[in-house]
Amino acid sequence: MKAIVIGCGRVGSSIARQLLSEGWEVTAVDEKEDALARLGEGWPGEFVLGHGMDVDVLRKAGIEDADAVVVSTDGDNTNIVIGQVAQKRFANECVVVRLLDPARTAFYRERGMRIVCPTETAIEFLTEAVRSCEVPAKAEVS
Amino acid sequence: MYILVAGGGKVGANLARLLLRAGHEVTLIEQRADRFQALETEFEHVVHRGDATELFVLERAGIKRPPDLVLAVTGDDEDNLVICQLAKEKYAVPKVIARVNDPRNQAHFDLLGISPTICATSNIMGLIEHEVPEHELVHLLELRNENLEIVEVQIAEGSPVAGKRVERLELPAGARLISVTRNGESEIAVGSTELRPGDQVLAILQPGKEDELRKILLKQ
Repeated sequence: MKAIVIGCGRVGSSIARQLLSEGWEVTAVDEKEDALARLGEGWPGEFVLGHGMDVDVLRKAGIEDADAVVVSTDGDNTNIVIGQVAQKRFANECVVVRLLDPARTAFYRERGMRIVCPTETAIEFLTEAVRSCEVPAKAEVS
Repeated sequence: MYILVAGGGKVGANLARLLLRAGHEVTLIEQRADRFQALETEFEHVVHRGDATELFVLERAGIKRPPDLVLAVTGDDEDNLVICQLAKEKYAVPKVIARVNDPRNQAHFDLLGISPTICATSNIMGLIEHEVPEHELVHLLELRNENLEIVEVQIAEGSPVAGKRVERLELPAGARLISVTRNGESEIAVGSTELRPGDQVLAILQPGKEDELRKILLKQ
């Protein structure tokens, strides 16, 4: 199975390493060469230098025969566009897109992308953490 | 008309000014704080501060009415794409116009059905081709929805097709000659039309066929 990870910051590089350790063939894409360092020394996967909006870069990364495309740059709108290019132009069925803005997740989920929203997740977990606090209410303490 | 302009740079601000002067109702959205302040002095309540790719910003600017027209003219193609897509598909805005900053991104706008678009770089390039005579094949018109384009070719002295009839040309599939202009007079190109040096020929073709057409009409 082949995966492309576009945007190789803290999140992208960790996904790339994780997938590789699980036996995926992984190509990481980033516009900065520094990103290669994040993948760790002697990164055994592929690395393509370039912007994910550039179709030639995507082709070079092997998007045409990828089983999964992960889009995790630091820009929501960049991710949305690259995700749709992967989906519509290259007919990738598994397109996972990181989107920080929770207000727009529904709109793009309806369009068939697997939207992962760290903000939504944080809100859920934080709320749940508060709910599960086992401290007595303040009124009772005083 | 009610027109929402996303992006208050030179393009957006000038558009807003012209549209207001023409009597339209305009809302201008600008994200950068310093730029917003400068705009507010001139445009007052017409300008809103925020990221026009965020729903609450668009909604505060009245996108739910919806506007008759949304102009996405920021300096970021991704943003312009997203703004137009949201306007059209989420808020049913009847008409959008997008600015393309990097001509390489044109294909993404086409892919997502964002049209019409306007790209200053491509337009200037078209003018250069039209104005500078050594470009023998000039792009006149792009019919993006039809995936066709119209080009103009000048038949040179010594061209292999000079003296040939149109029906005898081995034109590439996906290319046709439309008309021939000679001494200021134009006629529709038919099979029996004979090409001569100096003729201005209009052709319609699928993008990407230019090189083949060039080879047949221009090769010495």
